[in-house]
Amino acid sequence: MNKIAATVDNFGRSILENIEEMGRILILFLSVLVWMVRPPLKIRLIFKQMEFVGVKSIFVVVLTGTFTGMVMALQGYYGFKMFNAESLVGSTVALGMTRELGPVLTALMVTARAGSAMAAELGTMRVTEQIDALYVMAANPVKHLIVPRVIAGVLMLPALTIVSDFMGVLGGYFVGVPILGINSGAFVSNITKLVDLGDIYHGLTKAAFFGLILSLVGCYKGFNTTGGAEGVGKATTEAVVLASVSILISDYFLTAIMF
Amino acid sequence: MIKLLEIHKSFGQQRVLDGLNLDIEDGKTTVIIGGSGGGKSVLLKHIIGLLKPDSGQVIVDGVDIASLNDRDLNEVRKNFGMLFQEAALFDSMNVMGNVAFPLREHTGKKEKEIREIVRGKLKAVGLTGVEDKMPSELSGGMRKRVGLARAIAMHPRIVLFDEPTTGLDPVMTEAINELIVETQRKFDLTCVVISHDVQSIFTVGHKIAMLYEGKIIEHGTPEKIKMSSNPVLRQFLSGSLEGPISVI
Repeated sequence: MNKIAATVDNFGRSILENIEEMGRILILFLSVLVWMVRPPLKIRLIFKQMEFVGVKSIFVVVLTGTFTGMVMALQGYYGFKMFNAESLVGSTVALGMTRELGPVLTALMVTARAGSAMAAELGTMRVTEQIDALYVMAANPVKHLIVPRVIAGVLMLPALTIVSDFMGVLGGYFVGVPILGINSGAFVSNITKLVDLGDIYHGLTKAAFFGLILSLVGCYKGFNTTGGAEGVGKATTEAVVLASVSILISDYFLTAIMF
Repeated sequence: MIKLLEIHKSFGQQRVLDGLNLDIEDGKTTVIIGGSGGGKSVLLKHIIGLLKPDSGQVIVDGVDIASLNDRDLNEVRKNFGMLFQEAALFDSMNVMGNVAFPLREHTGKKEKEIREIVRGKLKAVGLTGVEDKMPSELSGGMRKRVGLARAIAMHPRIVLFDEPTTGLDPVMTEAINELIVETQRKFDLTCVVISHDVQSIFTVGHKIAMLYEGKIIEHGTPEKIKMSSNPVLRQFLSGSLEGPISVI
């Protein structure tokens, strides 16, 4: 009986802790909004973060997008072939990339690359008292450290998703037309017929939201790091796990709302 | 004048400051001594508002900073400089960027003027030609000097030192102590130094305060401290294992 009570107690406690953490992330978000509109905007820091989050993630996003498009074409071809509808492979790849896989995979890759780095960098700054030094010099750490990262996340994720979508379709075309022998005209015309701009816009809206999640979670975990090098490692792992799970869960709800 | 009145601070079950009272005189160096983990850094963080007391008052120039909002607290902080234990230089900036940071943040000075001030401050702490170096390229002593240059960049009236000589060799320790004395005299600063280095405290301190079990148990001039018969203080200064301070 005691064991059951302890299990229920632990379960309840962990739920309360998670709710508390969500509340703290929300408060951080509100604080980011307040500091975002207070001049002066740290343009240089924002561009530096945009370069880190966006430009330096291009290679991994190109690679992920291309191979995802390629494998989708391959899988789609075997399915559609049964109904003699191979020409739909192109539109399937394009719809899948623009609506789902482009934004989600891009967000997951950027979480692993940049979200983790945000948590590690801010965590190291916390344990080496660099964040305290900012407070002492009457400089707000949210404005200096978190606002530029969140802005970079929100702006660069849609840009990277456009790259991922394009490369996915290109990868699908490469597998579908020259390798599997699908008619080039049918491949392209079905894309233009079945994919409308709304699919792309909705995908990019999702990407911006995912950019917000990964940057906010990365910064939150790093900013609240305790316990030296071990704490930095723990914060980094937690940031990647929490951001990835949040992206996947919010993807469902965003899809349900938008499409 | 900085006054700490009946400061209580606990972290969970651990009581760190327990009704602490201390007056810090203007234009003098007050050294706060005490054992490792005894709450010295916590005390220092209360003085600059990085931590708020559970109860009690931290009065700086007649204002209780524990009750201020962030904006007003930042105004008070502009009177402070702080040298952190490991200097806390920003890894992403070079020496010029680090020392210039508060100037770029709070003054409308032109870049040329800021660079001149930075060079002047670096020279005041005995460094030249290091402006373009990154913190990772500096030795421990150099990092502390750059940290001090950054702490005094805005001409603060009060400078806090968190264990400034920890981790340095005896020669560098002496050099940093000399620098603290010289800087205090030159800029007529109010300095608060946290230390457990017995040699250093008598070199830099005009006043010395002993923190033990969350309270200041002795406070006075170096001569008074040397002559004190307080068994805790005697044990601390002699470094003896025998006495009221338990070693766990």
